[in-house]
Amino acid sequence: MNVNYLYSLLAVVVLGLVAYVGAGSVGLQGVFGIFIPYLALVIFIAGFVNRVMDWAKSPVPFRIPTTCGQQQSMDWIKQNKIDNPSTTWGVLVRMFFEIVLFRSLFRNSRVEIVGSRLSYKWVVWLWLFAILFHYSFLAVVVRHLRFFLEPVPFFVKALEQMDGILQVGLPGVFISGVTLLAGALLLLMRRILIPKINYISKAADYFPLLLIIGIALTGLTMRYFTKVDVTKVKELTMGLATFHMGIPEGGLSALFYVHLFFVCILVAYIPFSKLMHMGGVFLSPTRNLANNSRMKRHINPWNPKVKFHTYDEYEDDFREKMIEAGLPVEKE
Amino acid sequence: MVDILKPEEMFNSIDYALPKKPWEDVPTDFSEGTFCYPTKKKNQEYLSLVAKDEWSPADEDWKLPPNWQEIIHEGFKERLEKYRSLKVFMDICVRCGACADKCHFFIGTGDPKNMPVVRAELLRSIYRNDFTIAGKILGSIAGARKLTPAVIKEWFAYFYQCSECRRCSVYCPYGIDTAEITMMGRELLSLLGLNINWILEPVANCFRTGNHLGIQPHAFKEMIEFFCDDIEEITGVKINPSFNRKGAEILFVTPSGDVFADPGTYTMMGYLMLFEHIGLDYTLSTYASEGGNFGLFTSSDVMKRLNGKMYQEAKRLGVKWILGGECGHMWRVINQYMETMNGPADFLEVPKSPLTGTVFKNAASTKMVHIAEFTADLIKHNKLKLDPSRNDKFKVTFHDSCNPSRAMGLLDEPRYVLKNVCNHFYDMPENTIREQTFCCGSGAGLNTEEIMDLRMRGGLPRANAVKHVHDKYGVNMLACICAIDRAALPPLMNYWVPEVGVTGIHELVGNALVMDGEIERTIDLRQEPLKEEEE
Ligand code: HEM
Ligand code: SF4
Ligand code: SF4
Repeated sequence: MNVNYLYSLLAVVVLGLVAYVGAGSVGLQGVFGIFIPYLALVIFIAGFVNRVMDWAKSPVPFRIPTTCGQQQSMDWIKQNKIDNPSTTWGVLVRMFFEIVLFRSLFRNSRVEIVGSRLSYKWVVWLWLFAILFHYSFLAVVVRHLRFFLEPVPFFVKALEQMDGILQVGLPGVFISGVTLLAGALLLLMRRILIPKINYISKAADYFPLLLIIGIALTGLTMRYFTKVDVTKVKELTMGLATFHMGIPEGGLSALFYVHLFFVCILVAYIPFSKLMHMGGVFLSPTRNLANNSRMKRHINPWNPKVKFHTYDEYEDDFREKMIEAGLPVEKE
Repeated sequence: MVDILKPEEMFNSIDYALPKKPWEDVPTDFSEGTFCYPTKKKNQEYLSLVAKDEWSPADEDWKLPPNWQEIIHEGFKERLEKYRSLKVFMDICVRCGACADKCHFFIGTGDPKNMPVVRAELLRSIYRNDFTIAGKILGSIAGARKLTPAVIKEWFAYFYQCSECRRCSVYCPYGIDTAEITMMGRELLSLLGLNINWILEPVANCFRTGNHLGIQPHAFKEMIEFFCDDIEEITGVKINPSFNRKGAEILFVTPSGDVFADPGTYTMMGYLMLFEHIGLDYTLSTYASEGGNFGLFTSSDVMKRLNGKMYQEAKRLGVKWILGGECGHMWRVINQYMETMNGPADFLEVPKSPLTGTVFKNAASTKMVHIAEFTADLIKHNKLKLDPSRNDKFKVTFHDSCNPSRAMGLLDEPRYVLKNVCNHFYDMPENTIREQTFCCGSGAGLNTEEIMDLRMRGGLPRANAVKHVHDKYGVNMLACICAIDRAALPPLMNYWVPEVGVTGIHELVGNALVMDGEIERTIDLRQEPLKEEEE
């Protein structure tokens, strides 16, 4: 059994303790409430930009879309304009489906040996868990904008309305918080329990999931159980957003700082990890190019000069035989 | 060649249980039959590639050059700077495992290093070690590992256990294409002189003689003329193809396998009959006598060097456009690389069918049309008289070759042709055809005898789907549009589904085509009786 997750679990627990002790008993609230958030943000922006620029610096020498449907052909053959796009529009639609609906992941299947045959079953779980997880994450992030914007924008309020539609509990339960935790746990379980996935998993695969589980758990605890003083949180976060930094009077619980610290770690970690898939998916040459290289020449900026074996060299090699066989030659 | 298991034994030997040890700690097996033979030095020398003295993968010490680590590091760096694909694919895999069981080599071997994600990790682990901050600080915890000779051995084993079929990339949420990674891995190995003979010998042949099989010009002509005699015997029609003829309207280029090996030769006969019948003004070239391009399996530079001949010859002969035969990887090169590498093809004209007037807009720039497009257009415009009942003894299914499917999207043209030239056509199950098609198990230069066990395993998913339609509909003929398939599928069928034969689609066209002035046909292009009962 692959136990890489233990490293990650240990790392997350240690990070949690650092914040708990650091901002709690040691009282470094300024460090954990102001300094580290800014630092994390700077690392995130610089790191993210740097990574994307670095990708962009390398050219795309060849047009290599993975074509997943019928090409543009004669007019009477129906092209699959989304999965094998030949225009920019088609590519935009393809990318939209990839990014918003995880279309490729939706194709997922599983191979099984049934008697003396192989069989393939469509499996929806990874797609479902991933959709659950990502949309919950998105909703949670958007809802948190409430802490950084005054007045709270209409779309944040609208989302809160929808998110709280269940109208149970006090404070009312936001669905996304619970589904985020569920999604992350399901993805984690998948990694631990499915042997193939377990075999390929690295510490770097468990770490972000555990960190997000940590974020969700601390967040849910503050909201529903310890009932953090939201006005004070907003005082702190608005201070950060408007550069009028300060730690609110009376302070915030250590649990809050653990939550915040986890978020900072996650944000700062993104540029150096596989979480960069959020940017990379846009730059993937097998998805973001039209299959039109027979219609329009694609240019390779470093197209090398190479040594060919020219026709003249070829004829020099075989002239006698060619003449004898009655093949036309350039030089008799 | 080593003996391989019986089909049933092989099937039962497939085990998806995983090793106890992490894959990094599992040593690579180099017992006889597991690896492709290294190239002969003369091929590397002929091509001015890095040349290596005779060695065997079974050797303990591969005698790498003293600065081999530096060579790999620099080569890796160069490729990261040249290919965005490589950089992005190195960075963004989330190891979700969606690709893991999509690879026919994993399905057939159960070896976790044949999961596309792990195949890519073989390279990625070195990338992390050499080029990322996390890898440098955290080492193995971040999935990095040091470059050791064992890693090079592992690369050699597993980058020559990938047929660059791109099936994995269809399922990856980010389109990560392990074929692209394999191509980079093979280029890096090539920097150390680690090439395989089954690839580099054809490459060297092709460079010199114009085709992989090393057929010299006079022999090439003779072989075609030999087919013409056969055609005359079968149909009573005399055929006069031309060679290296200046001023022809069209240059026809097809893989040399069609000239050399059954059943490709029957497909070649089909082309010749078709062209004669419609009176096409075309010529064959002995210089550009290879459609395929094993350079694709070597390095982008070598691919370019071989591919250059097509345009150079088209220019020399002054043709208007190029027509290409049935081949898989050839069409990946033409669709995705040719004009970028060796264009612009501004000395040619936008291809237009002289019979139907159809302008092939999708080939407006490369000026090269696929024979399935060309023939489908002829049939659509009623330019051919066809008697599909001449193929009635065949119940046909169609194998989509990897490259025309996933690097082009040529899916319905060959089906349209097939449905017009035979009466019994049955597709295999949906998740085994079109963009989800399974490789023949021998692509990308792996159709060599010494790895028969691997080839039969890799081809199992394809054979399994053929068996399904064989059992259900009585399918007895597997049609394909690829010369490697025509070489690789017959042994595969023979092993797993021996009742099924293999054909190119233009062989079936040749059978069905009612030619002007032909005699009554009693035999097909294989000179076997047209109808079963006459046997
Ligand atoms: C745009 C298309 C995207 C696709 C197709 C995608 C897909 C995936 C998949 C398949 C996983 C793996 C789940 C697993 O097995 O662990 C994953 C994980 C994750 N993604 Fe995305 N993702 C996308 C965008 C984003 C964005 C915009 C974010 C921004 C927050 C994001 C954040 C994460 C995180 C935090 C994880 C979990 C950590 C982990 O498993 O390592 N993803 N994503
Ligand atoms: S499907 Fe893509 S992201 Fe998932 S493991 Fe495979 S290569 Fe990585
Ligand atoms: S390209 Fe094909 S052979 Fe190679 S890893 Fe992917 S599925 Fe397997």
